[in-house]
Amino acid sequence: MSILTWTYILVGLTFALYIGIAIWSRAGSTKDFYVAGGGVSPLANGLATAADWMSAASFISMAGLISFMGYDGSVFLMGWTGGYVLLALLLAPYLRKFGKFTVPDFIGDRYYSNTARTVAVICALFVSFTYVAGQMRGVGVVFSRFLEVDINTGVYIGMAIVFFYAVLGGMKGITYTQVAQYCVLIFAFMVPAIFISIQMTGNPIPQLGFGGSYDGMPILDKLDGLHRELGFAEYTNGSKSTVDVFFITAALMVGTAGLPHVIVRFFTTPKVSGARKSAGYALLFIAILYTTAPAVAVFARVNLIETVSNQPRTELPAWVDNWEETGLLSWEDKNGDGLVQYVADAEKNEFNVDRDIMVLANPEIAGLPNWVVALVGAGGLAAALSTAAGLLLVISTSVSHDLLKKQIAPNISDKQELMWARIAAIIAVVVAGYFGINPPGFVASVVALSFGLAAASFFPAILLGIFTKKMNKEGAISGMVSGLLITMYYIARFKLHWIGDDATSTSADWWWGISPEGFGTVGMMVNFVVAFTVSRFTPETPQDVQKLVETIRIPSGAGEASAH
Amino acid sequence: MSNDKMKEYWSKNISKVLTLLGVWFLVSYVFGILLVDTLNTIPLGGFKLGFWFAQQGAIYTFVALIWIYVRQMNKLDEEYGVNE
Repeated sequence: MSILTWTYILVGLTFALYIGIAIWSRAGSTKDFYVAGGGVSPLANGLATAADWMSAASFISMAGLISFMGYDGSVFLMGWTGGYVLLALLLAPYLRKFGKFTVPDFIGDRYYSNTARTVAVICALFVSFTYVAGQMRGVGVVFSRFLEVDINTGVYIGMAIVFFYAVLGGMKGITYTQVAQYCVLIFAFMVPAIFISIQMTGNPIPQLGFGGSYDGMPILDKLDGLHRELGFAEYTNGSKSTVDVFFITAALMVGTAGLPHVIVRFFTTPKVSGARKSAGYALLFIAILYTTAPAVAVFARVNLIETVSNQPRTELPAWVDNWEETGLLSWEDKNGDGLVQYVADAEKNEFNVDRDIMVLANPEIAGLPNWVVALVGAGGLAAALSTAAGLLLVISTSVSHDLLKKQIAPNISDKQELMWARIAAIIAVVVAGYFGINPPGFVASVVALSFGLAAASFFPAILLGIFTKKMNKEGAISGMVSGLLITMYYIARFKLHWIGDDATSTSADWWWGISPEGFGTVGMMVNFVVAFTVSRFTPETPQDVQKLVETIRIPSGAGEASAH
Repeated sequence: MSNDKMKEYWSKNISKVLTLLGVWFLVSYVFGILLVDTLNTIPLGGFKLGFWFAQQGAIYTFVALIWIYVRQMNKLDEEYGVNE
């Protein structure tokens, strides 16, 4: 059977499964809609969190990115996993004990202020919208490559599916579809990885094949050698400065721990100990993909270089032609010798590959059977849809619960609130789809912004709210606002180039050599310093709030997540 | 629970968390970033040790840390009778 037939079968089957689950797990109350009734087992929640977390970027782009960055790619591997340690040890159990529905709920109640709540809502909306636009685009790209439909049609189909289970089922529907989506995406990621690991190193476990031998030497030494020959930086050494690697890793870790769509997942477990445990499961399931990705990166890199470097263009395999048609791969015979020169020197280099195709094209490069190629498509869709759904839920909850119920119209009934949550979800799906079809030019770079903003705003505010009783609303609000502003300024200036003269906004002008991706760490520090300073000179936290903090610290009596 | 007991529970909790975060910092920021060049002179199978920590070892350790935390806290909760 052809790749296309296989893709229709696999995508059709998985979509039928998601819709079936959505119908089975409709939400009947706001509690079902926001936190799946607070009755999700730690294992199921761990699976759902892993799917929620691993987006189209993790599935499609990350291995490719690492493949081109080598050691520098470690910032994503450590950054996007290490954040779970912070989440598990510092935030999740306490937020679960607090027992409300959303992150702005916590900020608003702990800092006894609707201003703080509003700042949190704005951050949550901003972070989630920038993130979801990328997901819808990912859905479109996968559809267009594997089902040979127009990207926009792909986005419409994706919107329809997400609409179905996010709007109908809320958190309950999302949780159980995410469990299924995790299974699909991890299977789709591992099968080609295992095949390729066996082909190249003889070891079926990619994590071990990564250190295995190829061509009579360790595959990493082989790759370092190839890189030296072609003039690239050594794969295992990378080229970013130590300071920058440190700050980017920290910003991604802290940002991960502060992302609202990840945090809310821990509100769904029945107990505090369950919240801790589900963080353990979540990271375990995430680690399976994250420890495989760098191995895939190395295999793909070696395969790519050996296949194309110094080979006559006419003798290259068919996948090169296939991808050349999509424009994601190109060859230009600069010196007219008919051979492919793939070298670091931009003047002599004749071969350009988009890093996003590494995972998608990998099965073809390795000559794997058609069903494996199709499986990767279904996996990419599972990754993009599960993350999009989680984000849409945060957006709809922010509007119906944090803004409407908590501020504008506190007297609406549970039924009305649920209706508003659904309406907000519908609007969010449409807006996300719009961004997917007309992506703002800065979408790629705003991912850095969402992590930076989460790191500079939510993480310090929540952490201080749990670990210091003395932190008052004045300190927390001024901390969040100053952390946010300085991070936004830095990104606007050095990443988006909206502010300042381009000539003075180059990487040589970065403060202390820190790139915009890593600046969230500085934003977080600013937040801490400002928060502490301001809280020293303003009225003390009220007694009842101090009591609240004490109860958060004790696991017993968590009860079910409740609205009041 | 009495106030003193609660303070004791909390400070034990904090010291456990700080120890675990110490390991978290060590395997990622120290082994994987700050000392990566030094550790890279040591081979581990087909890997350089520093590179292995940055792309594999740190992640395995993170998973282990959360599960150790889960066990320690469950024990502590029981000891102080605050388990659910």
